[in-house]
Amino acid sequence: MSERMILEVEGLETLLGGERRLLGRARPPVRAVAGVSLALRENEILGIVGESGCGKSTLGRTILGIQRETRGTIRLDGRAVSGLPPREARRARRDIQYLHQDAAAALDPWWSIGRSVEEALVITGVGPRAERAARIDRMLAAVGLEPALKRRYPHELSGGQLRRVTLARVLVLAPRIVILDEPTSGLDLSVQATVLRLIRELLAEFRLAYLFISHDLSVVRQMCDRVAIMYLGRIVELADTRRLFEAPAHPYTRLLLAAAPRLDPGQDLGDIPIHGEPPSPTAVPSGCAFRTRCPHGVALCAEALPMLEPVVDGHEVACHRWRDLAATPAVSTRPAP
Amino acid sequence: MLVLKKFARDTSGMVGLVIVLATAVVAVLAPRLAPHPLDAYESHPLQRLQEPSRQFLLGTDNLGRDVLSRVILGARAALTIAVLVVAGAMVIGVPLGLVAGYHRGWVPEIIMRVTDVFLAVPQLILALALAQLLGPSLKNAMLALTLTYWPFFTRIVFAETRRIRVSVFVEALQGLNAGALRVMFFHILPNAAPPIIVRATIGMGFTILSAAVLGFLGMGATPPDPEWGLAISESRQYLPEAWWFAAFPGIAIFLVVFGFNLLGDGLRDVVDPRLRRSR
Amino acid sequence: MSDDLVLAVDGLKISIATDDGLACVLDHVDLRIPRGRIVGVVGESGCGKSTLVRAILGILPRAARVERGRILFGVEDLLRLSQRELTRRIRGKEISFIPQDPYLALNPVFTVGTQLLEIMRWHAGAGGNGDMGRRGHRARLVQLLRTVQIPDPEVALERYPHQFSGGQRQRLLIAGALACRPRLVIADEPTSALDVTTQLQILRLLRDLANRFGVSMLFVTHDFGVVAQLCDEVMVMYAGQSVETGQTAEILDRPRHPYTQMLIACHPDRARDLTGIPGTVASPLAPPPGCRFHPRCPSARAVCSTARPGAVVEAAGHEVSCVLYHGPVSHV
Repeated sequence: MSERMILEVEGLETLLGGERRLLGRARPPVRAVAGVSLALRENEILGIVGESGCGKSTLGRTILGIQRETRGTIRLDGRAVSGLPPREARRARRDIQYLHQDAAAALDPWWSIGRSVEEALVITGVGPRAERAARIDRMLAAVGLEPALKRRYPHELSGGQLRRVTLARVLVLAPRIVILDEPTSGLDLSVQATVLRLIRELLAEFRLAYLFISHDLSVVRQMCDRVAIMYLGRIVELADTRRLFEAPAHPYTRLLLAAAPRLDPGQDLGDIPIHGEPPSPTAVPSGCAFRTRCPHGVALCAEALPMLEPVVDGHEVACHRWRDLAATPAVSTRPAP
Repeated sequence: MLVLKKFARDTSGMVGLVIVLATAVVAVLAPRLAPHPLDAYESHPLQRLQEPSRQFLLGTDNLGRDVLSRVILGARAALTIAVLVVAGAMVIGVPLGLVAGYHRGWVPEIIMRVTDVFLAVPQLILALALAQLLGPSLKNAMLALTLTYWPFFTRIVFAETRRIRVSVFVEALQGLNAGALRVMFFHILPNAAPPIIVRATIGMGFTILSAAVLGFLGMGATPPDPEWGLAISESRQYLPEAWWFAAFPGIAIFLVVFGFNLLGDGLRDVVDPRLRRSR
Repeated sequence: MSDDLVLAVDGLKISIATDDGLACVLDHVDLRIPRGRIVGVVGESGCGKSTLVRAILGILPRAARVERGRILFGVEDLLRLSQRELTRRIRGKEISFIPQDPYLALNPVFTVGTQLLEIMRWHAGAGGNGDMGRRGHRARLVQLLRTVQIPDPEVALERYPHQFSGGQRQRLLIAGALACRPRLVIADEPTSALDVTTQLQILRLLRDLANRFGVSMLFVTHDFGVVAQLCDEVMVMYAGQSVETGQTAEILDRPRHPYTQMLIACHPDRARDLTGIPGTVASPLAPPPGCRFHPRCPSARAVCSTARPGAVVEAAGHEVSCVLYHGPVSHV
């Protein structure tokens, strides 16, 4: 993994909704992404973890460009590519591509998969036809699909195959960064393993970098180099994977790690207290958004928003009381396999 | 093909298909099928108002013309009107619906409000108005029907486009930077096709009925066209003695409209992308 | 059936007629649910767990045919009961169901109270312990909502489903499932649509309710991690056959059947390299003879393709259906 940053995001904010209508009152906008900064290195897999309402999907779509950011900068290889409307943003950020969570839904049911993959090239203006066909065949082979499948329709393929097709579709455009949105969702465990392996191989073969959005901590632990934990539109902790799982600093991270199902014969339902549910982004608590569910909250937490501070090199946390909590041991987690 | 196999199981749909195909065949071969083809325009006063007999299977009308032949010839007019009107309405209505559904802001507002205005105009009133202005004729009737039918397509296509536009695959296409035209016509339109096809098929029946009504009012086809509605109009004063004069064109209208409706319903179930198979 | 079992499935074999032929969806399924215990059923897609659930509830599609086997509930074979009996006595009352998606299971146009009360009154009226009267039912419902930790139960009854979050909706469905004091609750992936923290809350709730009311539970899932957290025992299914059954801890610690071993090895917590299981699940239209896993099994022998191996008891309560354990081969 090189040290070069190919993607830098600074203070990104995205407001959703709040459209004005011809007749009737406008709905107030929702701050889905409320100030996110991150950096992605070449050949790195950065995991983005959070529950519903945390804004991870909106973050992915904003970085991709189909959702316009409200504030903040995005740099690709040092070049500023933010502040553009969707179509120009996509043109400027052509090196970034997106893999949707539901592979079957991401393909037009009326188009054969061969034509769907080819369309990516047609839109970008790659021609002539023979060259497109060659690239498609090469890419299908790279993702482990027979070229004969080109004539099939999405409903004739299995979940694993469809996942490979959507991978081929984005990779055929030779991107440098791929945003993977829950790439294993809906897949059987055995298929998941092969897909994850494929994703790893492609990372090396095509010198990519991934933003790996997931809620499955086991998968994140296995695949990602670094992990960012999101809560209500902000990153609350960011660390190398090993460090995050062994010494989580933020109460929310600790909660997630304790709650996540693990394949541990001695495991039970635990006794870590869970209060409430993930709040809606339409009603964000003042100060630290997690304070309504945090067992360690104090008065300061309601008044001031905690900013990301370094714990050690490469490990940042946004919590007023992390130093106090570091003294108490987190729920013990198994060492990485 | 899988589509036909599935369709074949739908009895009413098949019945509709048979009726429509039969009508089409009759329309195409009309001059050959009609026993007295010249009766489209010629009159034989000596044979007027004869009961159905071996020579004139459905009887003769007030000018001695063979009713069977005129019903057969009328099929041509009926289908021509239906196809032209529906096609015209689709050409206007479908693209408007796509554009309105795809975009946001003032464009869809304007399109849909214009559509609402046209929807408020009753078909027959417009046809009568046009007939007053430009003189009664089949062409003007078709114009009036087209102008009042396109909004139905726009509304359906608008709703479907709105729905499909938020699908994941459309978002994926936007991620690939596909342009609006490409997405609208190559992706949204095929997926919106099922309700369009159904509306078009049912619209054919509806148009035939409307054309018949206009013909009946004397605002559409003019004598001596063998149009069904016109025939019923002409037959009024000879009822109830010469019942065959009104009955058979009426039955023809009923059968064809019924057939189109059944076909439309049958098609609705069948137009499903999952029936496409790789060859 | 022994007194400690609330449900016993014996050698169930079900086929379904499809457009493309006869699909042998279940080939041989054994399942035992002891009283007061939570039993998990784990399998990947195509293993038949949905069909198994439908068979127990008596809601198999019309094209389904039970070829062999029994489902014993108490002293009755559920497969022999008529739809009328199942509807009046069993479903919703003795055996209730918690579906996967709380968003789709509740009718959006009726208040929550209306829907849940309807269930209770319907079953009470149909030969239950006598109608408690409207107020009696309502009071009981409020108590139930309190048990499942819905805040402000009285107000909640007047609300509509869309006013609740996913986790709360699932709690409502759990309350509905417990309303008539069932002996067995079947939960079909009730937490897969929920966040991790909400999932843990729901699992804890289920455990608590099972302990408190002595209700037995059948928990169907594809997530082995959830099985580890919640289930006392687990049955592993592959392509319509039960392959291994036993205590959860034992199975996770020392899985015996090659499929179970490979499946657990695929889990990210265990996997060193990501190999997966070679091959794909055979279609139920053309299932492999004998043990259905044999085409993908690294330890397969000739005999595996001739007949399905019977279950062998390896340790207390731990059964494996695999010739590797010298089981008697049942000629099916």
